[in-house]
Amino acid sequence: MNTLDLLLWVVAPYVALTVFVLGHVWRYRYDKFGWTTRSSQMYESRLLRIGSPLFHFGILVVILGHVGGLVIPKSWTEAAGVSEEAYHVVAVVLGTIAGVCTLAGLAILIYRRRTVGPVFTATTRNDKLMYAVLALTIVLGLAATVLANIVGGGYDYRTTISPWFRSIFSFGPDPALMAQAPLLFQLHALSALVLFAIWPFTRLVHMLTAPVGYLTRPYVVYRSREDVAGSRPARRGWAG
Amino acid sequence: MRVMAQLAMVMNLDKCIGCHTCSVTCKQAWTNRSGTEYVWFNNVETRPGQGYPRTYQDQDKWRGGWELNKRGRLRLKAGGRLRKLFTIFANPLMPSIQDYYEPWTYDYDRLFSAPATEDTPVARPKSLITGQNTKITWSANWDDNLAGGPELAPADPVLKKLSGQVKLEFERAFMFYLPRICEHCLNPSCVASCPSGAMYKRSEDGIVLVDQDRCRGWRMCVTGCPYKKVYFNHRTGKAEKCTFCYPRVEVGIPTVCSETCVGRLRYIGLILYDADRVAEAAAVPDEKDLYEAQKSVLLDPHDPEVIAAARREGIPDDWLEAARKSPIHKLIFEYGVALPLHPEYRTMPMVWYIPPLSPVVDVLANTGHDGEDAGNLFGAIDALRIPIGYLAELFTAGDPEPVKAVLRRLAAMRSYMRRLNLGQKSDESIADAVGMTGDQIEGMHRLLALAPYAERYVIPKAHAEQGRELEELATGCSLDYEGGPGMGGPFGEASGMPAPVAVENFHALKDRQETGALVDPADRSGRVNLLNWDGKGMPDGLFPKRKEEDQ
Repeated sequence: MNTLDLLLWVVAPYVALTVFVLGHVWRYRYDKFGWTTRSSQMYESRLLRIGSPLFHFGILVVILGHVGGLVIPKSWTEAAGVSEEAYHVVAVVLGTIAGVCTLAGLAILIYRRRTVGPVFTATTRNDKLMYAVLALTIVLGLAATVLANIVGGGYDYRTTISPWFRSIFSFGPDPALMAQAPLLFQLHALSALVLFAIWPFTRLVHMLTAPVGYLTRPYVVYRSREDVAGSRPARRGWAG
Repeated sequence: MRVMAQLAMVMNLDKCIGCHTCSVTCKQAWTNRSGTEYVWFNNVETRPGQGYPRTYQDQDKWRGGWELNKRGRLRLKAGGRLRKLFTIFANPLMPSIQDYYEPWTYDYDRLFSAPATEDTPVARPKSLITGQNTKITWSANWDDNLAGGPELAPADPVLKKLSGQVKLEFERAFMFYLPRICEHCLNPSCVASCPSGAMYKRSEDGIVLVDQDRCRGWRMCVTGCPYKKVYFNHRTGKAEKCTFCYPRVEVGIPTVCSETCVGRLRYIGLILYDADRVAEAAAVPDEKDLYEAQKSVLLDPHDPEVIAAARREGIPDDWLEAARKSPIHKLIFEYGVALPLHPEYRTMPMVWYIPPLSPVVDVLANTGHDGEDAGNLFGAIDALRIPIGYLAELFTAGDPEPVKAVLRRLAAMRSYMRRLNLGQKSDESIADAVGMTGDQIEGMHRLLALAPYAERYVIPKAHAEQGRELEELATGCSLDYEGGPGMGGPFGEASGMPAPVAVENFHALKDRQETGALVDPADRSGRVNLLNWDGKGMPDGLFPKRKEEDQ
């Protein structure tokens, strides 16, 4: 284990995670007004209606796949009777389909953003950086999966990358596990770390406020004049 | 019974001359910012016409409002909660900017910077969306005064509902103006459509607002509102809508659109309603019963039981007093001349309209009859099916009877009052024929024709006695809040903490009191902040200065 490994697979993840968490807290406290999807659907709908669901549903499946692959230990799935081969086939097939959908959706969205005048005008430098990092992460992830399985004989990341990932969260980071992973997986992980680090400062924040509460709340919301935003919260002893 | 108070408005269409002053002053006060160039919280449409945004009333296309499911229960016409979440990535029912219109400006600089040539330089229109040269093909009132009538008016969704015969009759032309603001519905489908829960109905006065801090730009409210009165600010990525000028009505002055209405056709007052019965009334099976159902939800502010129940809900006594004096309650119940706009959307709209009588009178006068004789008028109302059918599609889900009854009352008022004005004896039989008394007719005439300011607008002040609100206004430095002034947001336009409303109002009022001129000499020459104008006096900049010799 050398210094570089330590920097890349211990220091960098913790820095990215800290920035991710504190960044969101800071943004939520100081920029609730800027916390939005900044939808451009008003300008253009035809391409968006293909690209956006393709990307979003694709990435949701990809996220689920990552949870399954990284968070759930191999021993658990095997205890449940899922063999490595079966898991691998399902993961590769589903992952590739979802990944291709995500990438295709993102390609359509980026094409739309570049070519549709009003959408391009409404694109900030912040957006451009975010798109670059997001696209890079997805391309690298897809490339790692496809190349490892089609060109190579498959790579069982659940013995190296997944334990490393979990070791970060159990505060016992083991960089050696990640250091031996193939280069494409390493690059994918690094670009993902960059993505997490810039996440709170981009429009990606809308993901954290996905409106799942809508399913259970009453239709019509009543609020009192007293608790509207823009009024200073009551100090102790003043609350009526 | 759960009594709630609601600020409501009535507009008397007979008096609307289509001058758009309400729209312009509203825009000047609320939506003259980038991202809202195309937004008119208040707009005036010529009917028949396509409206703004184009054909918004065609709910087969836009699917706004509520409908009944097979079990007879209310559901959002655009689909339930799951469907909303599944279509959140690309809302299939979202109007595009072209459905409103592409806002533009002119390249005025060209007029000054062009080199001397034989031809006069021209300021070309530039799109405010793309920044490129543009061709102006539509606007918020492109079909004003039936402009482009034969081509554009047949696309009017209301006209389409009437039979083919009516379309031909339409060549004989009738036309009236329909000013529209947010309806501040009792059963708001925009609020129900908001996935984030950012939209809410204020429990004190029923004003429907968007919490700008909680809005995430999912755009479902735009779809949900059948009146298309929630707009998407394409620069900030948040929804915005008519606020009923809440900073004004909270201190007891009317909305900007009402204050500046040249025809004095708007009325604002309080209505008490039974919140427990709203959903039930909105779900009556027959659309034509919705007008009566909507009325049945509203409570009589004179009823001791209602007063007791309202007190139990914590509605203050001065508000109850205002509800008893409310011109809205009088116009809906005592005089029975106000009708809701499109009750068939099942949202229980709270901006009501007195349908226009003038086309009837004019047509009668043109045929050589005495257009204001009660007998002639009553007969004409029954015979003139074109406007009534049209009005009924607007105000009573197609049922002509309530519209007829209103028009008969308005006609009776003309006849009855004409006799008085000519010094003849009052004719109680005219009042009797429409189920009113002479006194009632005179009261209605006073409210509709003389319309004293204090009777048109009965707006109780908001109760803000709580210590902490006072604290916000009165103690410490008013700029002492998190992320205070100068906090330019790093994430696009106007990001960062909003200034508390009290602070904003404080500074606006302070500026007004201290500067003598309302105009900030730096960059706002010729602009007036109408949000703080109470209708008294004439602020500098409101009108062009008189020339010296005139004074």
